[in-house]
Formats: sequence, C-alpha cells, structure tokens
Amino acid sequence: MLSYAIRRTLVALPTLLVIVTAAFFMMRIAPGGPFDSQRHLPPEIERNIEASYSLDKPLYEQYFIYIDRLAHGDLGPSFKTRDFTVTQLIADGLPVSLKLGLSAMVAAILIGIALGTVAALNQNHLIDHVTMSAAMVGITIPTFVTAPILTLVFGVYGVRLFGYDISLPVGGWNGGAVPNMVLPVLVLALPQIAVIARLLRGSLVEVLHSNYIRTARAKGLPSHIIVFRHAFRAALLPLVSYLGPAVAGLLTGSLIVENIFGIPGIGRYFVDGALNRDYTLVLGVVICYAAFVIFLNLAADILYAALDPRVRYEQ
Amino acid sequence: MSLAPPLVDRAADRAETEMMERVLDLKGRSLWIDARRRLMRNRAAVVSMVILGTIAFMAVFAPILSPYSFKQTDYDLISCAPGWWPDKTVMCNAGGAHWFGTDNLGRDLFVRVLYGARVSLAVGIIATLVSLIVGVVYGAVAGFIGGRLDELMMRFVDILYSLPYIFLVIILMVVFHRNFFLLFVAIGAVEWLTMARIVRGQTLSIKYKEYIEAARAAGVDTFDTIVRHIIPNVLGPVIVYVTLTVPAVILAESFISFLGLGIQDPLTSWGVLISDGSKQIETAPWLLIFPALFMAVTLFCFNFIGDGLRDALDPKDR
Repeated sequence: MLSYAIRRTLVALPTLLVIVTAAFFMMRIAPGGPFDSQRHLPPEIERNIEASYSLDKPLYEQYFIYIDRLAHGDLGPSFKTRDFTVTQLIADGLPVSLKLGLSAMVAAILIGIALGTVAALNQNHLIDHVTMSAAMVGITIPTFVTAPILTLVFGVYGVRLFGYDISLPVGGWNGGAVPNMVLPVLVLALPQIAVIARLLRGSLVEVLHSNYIRTARAKGLPSHIIVFRHAFRAALLPLVSYLGPAVAGLLTGSLIVENIFGIPGIGRYFVDGALNRDYTLVLGVVICYAAFVIFLNLAADILYAALDPRVRYEQ
Repeated sequence: MSLAPPLVDRAADRAETEMMERVLDLKGRSLWIDARRRLMRNRAAVVSMVILGTIAFMAVFAPILSPYSFKQTDYDLISCAPGWWPDKTVMCNAGGAHWFGTDNLGRDLFVRVLYGARVSLAVGIIATLVSLIVGVVYGAVAGFIGGRLDELMMRFVDILYSLPYIFLVIILMVVFHRNFFLLFVAIGAVEWLTMARIVRGQTLSIKYKEYIEAARAAGVDTFDTIVRHIIPNVLGPVIVYVTLTVPAVILAESFISFLGLGIQDPLTSWGVLISDGSKQIETAPWLLIFPALFMAVTLFCFNFIGDGLRDALDPKDR
C-alpha cells in the first residue's frame, strides 16, 4: 500500500515534466511573440527587451533556463502584465478559483449522492425515472448554456418566491460573498451532480441485489442501516475513482464559468495568456492545473486502494 | 479396398465442415441479430435514432430546405424574432419565412443552425473515428502482446490521462490559428485514451480463450491474430463507447468555439451559435434557444442510443 503510494508519487513528477515540456514547445512553435502587437520599437530596444527575457537565446537554452527556474520554484515574470511575476498573478487568482471549485465539488457530492440514493431506492418507479431524466439533461446541457439561462431567470427577470425577492447578482466576485457565489457554483456543480447521481444509482442498485444485502435483510435489520451502513460502503467506491476526473471537469468548467460571471480566478489568465503569447503565464497556469489534476487523481487512486480491500496493488 | 472410400470420405468431410462453418457462422451472427432485436425493442433508443437521422438529413440537405443562404446578410432584419414568436414586444419581427428568426447580421438562423449541425456532427464523427482507430489498435496491441511493451504503452496512456487535455487543445488552436482540420485531430488525439484502456481490458479477457490459442496453433501471425480475431471480438464495448464519444467530442468542440477559438465566420458550429446567442440573451433569446435545443437533443439522442446499445450487447447487465 505504502510502496504503491510512493511509486505513484514518483511517477507524478516526470508526468508534470512531460506536460511542461509539451506546453513549452507548443507555445513556442506558435507564430508571433509576446511583444508583437505593440508599436514598433527601435531594434536596439527590442533586442534589449528580448535579452532581458532571454528570448534571444536558442530555444533549447531557453527551455533549460525555464526548467532551472522552475526547479527553484520560480515561474518567472509575466510578459504582458508588467511588474508582476506569474507567481503573484496565480497567488491572486488561485484562492478564488479554489473556493469556487471546492464549493461546487462539495455541493455536487452532497446533492448527487442524495439524488442517486433516492433514485436507487425507488428503482423503476416514477421518482427514479424523473431523477434520471433530469440527470441526463444535466449531463447533456453544457455549462455555457445553463449559465446564461440561469442568469436570465435569476438575475435579469428576477424571481419572487413567497413574496421575497430572491434574484441574485449575475457577475462579479465581491470578495466571495455568498449571493455572488450561488449562480457560478450551481452552474459548475450541475453536470457533476448529474454524473454522480447516475453513477451512484447504478452501483447502489447493483449492490442492493447482492447476497450480503439479502442476508442483512433476512436478519431483519432496519432498512436505513442496510442502506447506509452495508450498501453504501460498496456503492460509494466507484464515486471515489470518479473524483479525480471530476476535478479535471470542474477545472475546465471553471474556465467558462469564470469567463461568463466575470470571476477573477486563474481561468481567464489561460485563454488571455495563450492569445497574447504570454509564455510564462500560460505555462504557470498549465502547471498549476496539471499539478491539481495529477495530485487529485493520485489521491483518488490511493483512497480507492485503501477503501477497497479487494484491490491489491502489490505485484 | 478400393479407391472410392477415401474420396467419398473427403467429400463427406468437406460437406461436414461446410455445414459446421455455416452453423458456426450463424451462431456468430446471431449475437448481432439478437442485439439488434433487443435494441429495436428499446423505445428510447429507436426514437433517438429517428430524431438523429432527421437532424443529420436536415444538415446534409440544408441548402435545399431553406430559401436563404447561411452567409446572406440582411441589414433590415437585425436580430429579429421569428414570425410566430409569442412575445410581441420584441424589437422587430422577421416574418414567416425566417422560421427561427435572424441573427445580429440579419442572417437566417434556421439555415445557420443546420450548417452548425454539419460542422458539429462532422467534428463529432471524424474525431471519434480518429480516436476509434488509434485507440483500438493501440489497446489491442498493448493487451495482446503484453509484458514490458504493455507496461510501457499503458504508462504512456496514464501520463497523457493526467494532462488537462482541454488546455492542450486550446494551446493547439491558438498556435495553429484555428485550423479546422487540426481541431478534428486534436480532439480525436485526446479522446482515444479511454478507448485504448477499454480495448486493452477486453483484449486481456479474451487473450487466452481457446479460439485465440487455436489461431496461434494454426500458425497465424501476431498481426493477423490481432486484426482478425482480437479486434472483431472486442467490438461490443467499443461500439457503446463510440456512441458516447461523439457527444463528448461535440461538447469539446462547442467548448472551444465558445472561447472564440473554434471555427470562423461565416461558417459556424453549434458552439459558435450558442456563444453568440448567449451575448444577446436579453434582447433576442431565440438566438440561444434554437442552437442550444438542437445540440441538447442531439447529445440526448447519442446518450440514449449508447444506453440502448449497452443493454442490447450486454444483456446480463440490465
């Protein structure tokens, strides 16, 4: 178990290196550079600027300079946002993205598990069909459709419920105030809720038909104990291995959601940076995202191995 | 002892083999016939196929179905509602012939949605084919040959798996200036990973079956064994996964288009239309509603067909 965890952690580093390398060279193959769009500078000044960012050196040398810096924990200066290092920019945006993403994850897990359980316990009844159809809708409608629709309903038209105005702000972050978070979190969580509900329903239905559950019923245990203590242990396992990819989904989704709701996370850096050829910023964000995905995949796998005694990784 | 019996024997032998072949052949086919019968009994899947077929048909014959061209602008009808739009307070009304209204350049939305369908479906199908071919061959080779090579190949897949791939697609699109062909390749090149894993798993499970051993014993080489015996026998799960890959690819394409990195005007895709529509949702909601509806229905259908196929091909898993 421990050796498996160590081995997986060791594989994570080369993986990250592959990602950095791929992203580095792909960005550089792109025509154009970070200083193209500005007004023409005298060639000497241009050369000075390039030299100060070591853009005048051959590409492979730049690569080693970058990797060397990276190994020392330095993501370099941003090419476009003057006077800021990439580390500063990411430190600005990351807490916002994290707060958004984690809230969505928690909401998705709680609501998804609740819906999936309800559907599984009422298998093939009306409530099951309704929940699963709703989940299908949640999976097929992309975030960039739900976001404007919810914006329209809750923000522009404004909804009144029992005489209370429950309209919500449709943009901005406002330091992470709760009303500002509701819509983005909801939009981000909806597809995940749907997937989790479907996954859990499937595995719970299967588990509920297994022999040890029948034994538990025969013993006369109350059904809530059967479901929550006996069935859940086995049924939640597929969810654990889904959590890794789910985080990746949340991260990519947040790219869109941050864009639509004007949230100052790190998603906006990525597209803007890629379009502006802000090499260091793009690489910084890619590293940041990749590290999260790799780490959470790893955590999910290890958790899975720890939870399921049938899985043995030693060989 | 005459010469006749061996001759007769050989003829009888051949007849018997032929009969056996026919019987075996029938048996081999009946799995698929069974599966088709089960699929046809699944109402949701059948309805989905009909709807999908209709959308595809309309996309192919888009130029015939409407009097308007997808790039013909009309500056008298900017963002106008369709004739039947219930809310009569809209800025202007495009009249009866613009079934879905007009966009912000006065182009007919109905035709544009169908042209968007062409692009989105084409991307979906071609990228899926790319992922299908790469994934099946890769997975089958890794699973069948096994050992070091398998370990190496699957480690490579693991590494690619942990790439935040949408970011690489975005970088690619930025780098190569929204090259349409590259969009197919880029999306397909990342979608093959799951396919490879599925095929490898299936291959491992049939690798030691008798008919594979028989093929080996008969001297069939590795390549032929993989192509003739392994791949046809792992197709079931692959087909199911294909129907789920197409909607995933359509979503990925629209995602990229939404960020403004997809296909360029005047050509369009559902992602581009939805992106444009969401900017005008307050004044002209039909610009979002119709493309979103078409896309959602299409994705729905693919998912239902996938579910139906899974039930049909793997009846024990109901």
